[in-house]
Amino acid sequence: MRPEPITVTQLNKYMKDKIAGDEFLNNIFIKGEISNFKHHYTGHMYFTLKDENSLIKCIMFKSATVNLDFKPQDGMKVLILGTVSVYERDGVYQIYCKAMKEDGIGVLYKAYEELKEKLKKEGYFSKEHKKKIPFMPETIGVLTSRTGSVIRDIINVSTRRNPNVHIRLLPVPVQGEGAAEKIEEAIHIMNEKRLADVIILARGGGSLEDLWPFNEEIVAKAIYNSEIPIISAVGHETDFTIADFVADLRAPTPSAAAELAVADVNELINRLNIDVSRCKMALTKKIELMRLQYEKCMKSTVFTDPLQKINEYYLNIDNCIKKIENSINIKLRDSKIESTNLISKLDALSPLKTLVRGYCIVEMNNEVIARADDLKKNDKIDLRFTDGVKKAIVE
Amino acid sequence: MENIEKLNFEETIKQLELIVNELEKGNLSLDESVKKFEEGIKLSKLCNQFLNNAEKKINILINNDGKLEEEKFEI
Repeated sequence: MRPEPITVTQLNKYMKDKIAGDEFLNNIFIKGEISNFKHHYTGHMYFTLKDENSLIKCIMFKSATVNLDFKPQDGMKVLILGTVSVYERDGVYQIYCKAMKEDGIGVLYKAYEELKEKLKKEGYFSKEHKKKIPFMPETIGVLTSRTGSVIRDIINVSTRRNPNVHIRLLPVPVQGEGAAEKIEEAIHIMNEKRLADVIILARGGGSLEDLWPFNEEIVAKAIYNSEIPIISAVGHETDFTIADFVADLRAPTPSAAAELAVADVNELINRLNIDVSRCKMALTKKIELMRLQYEKCMKSTVFTDPLQKINEYYLNIDNCIKKIENSINIKLRDSKIESTNLISKLDALSPLKTLVRGYCIVEMNNEVIARADDLKKNDKIDLRFTDGVKKAIVE
Repeated sequence: MENIEKLNFEETIKQLELIVNELEKGNLSLDESVKKFEEGIKLSKLCNQFLNNAEKKINILINNDGKLEEEKFEI
């Protein structure tokens, strides 16, 4: 006869009772690193405590959290006082924390800071090394998990912006052992065969250890050495991984990465149409301007009344002639007046007037004789009267 | 401006916008303006080709021991 099977509930109840009866488990003191920390709105804290090899779920109820003297965060090393118990519904055992203290900086977090500092010194984050993201890459390479929302978001956003987008997904594990090596290899493959014009390296949000592959040196070096520009979109907007610092461009989310990599075709078509109509308008305006200029020219008097200028010159010539005539006339008149004056003066002095009054001039050999002594007896003389000359002989 | 066929989209649209700005300044001669206009229209056609000639392809690369195979990817 086979024994009656028990139910899952019965098993979990049995386990719970068994553990509750163990004094050691009722009062444990444990150290580890916090990850997957969530502070629920009810005030309870849920997280995972882990070391290099193992992890366990932890709960700290609100009543216990009021005594905390620090804010628990992913990556913190802590010491916990609590009870181990079974959560029957899920069949898991977990720690119910009563008290918690900080135990130095988390190892992973420290490693992250150290690597970041080292790579920064070596120039891995330098702006000069960052490559320009092509404006309209023909092929977008995507390195991420082949399942999940990340690739879906990237495809959705990309096809919305450019319905004819060309995407090449090279699936890589994005967490866990060996993920970093796979990511490095994928970057190498994309480069070797030049399979894309830009690469999006993406992963959804997660704890520091989930994102760890993106904090590893081999990934940082692969990104740095990639000839294809790489856009990183790892974790949430607030998560910064080493990959984000090395990448040529960091996007806050996978969707944002797609927006940065894929140009919006509708926007481009709009821009193009505007450019073309601006081109046409500019030329139309130019032609219109030339036409106006031509019309203005044709309206000029040079064309409407070509003789005007010539007539103006004629007028000028006439004026000149008139001026010359005037000045000659004035000169002539002045000269006439002067000559009349001179003639009347001369007239007044003329001896002929004296002759009229009955005097006469004595001349001999055509010389005027003014004194009686100049004449001797029998000199033949001429007597000049006003109306003629008579010869005479001196006695 | 020779070899405009070798330009990529970004360079092409930049070239086009350079021409638009030159044309809009209006201090080119009419002959030059017409020449630039023709160039602009040619560039805009090239841009359109860039936008229209692409074909939607969403593929996944499968790595089979170093041999890559490309397949259509469905979510």
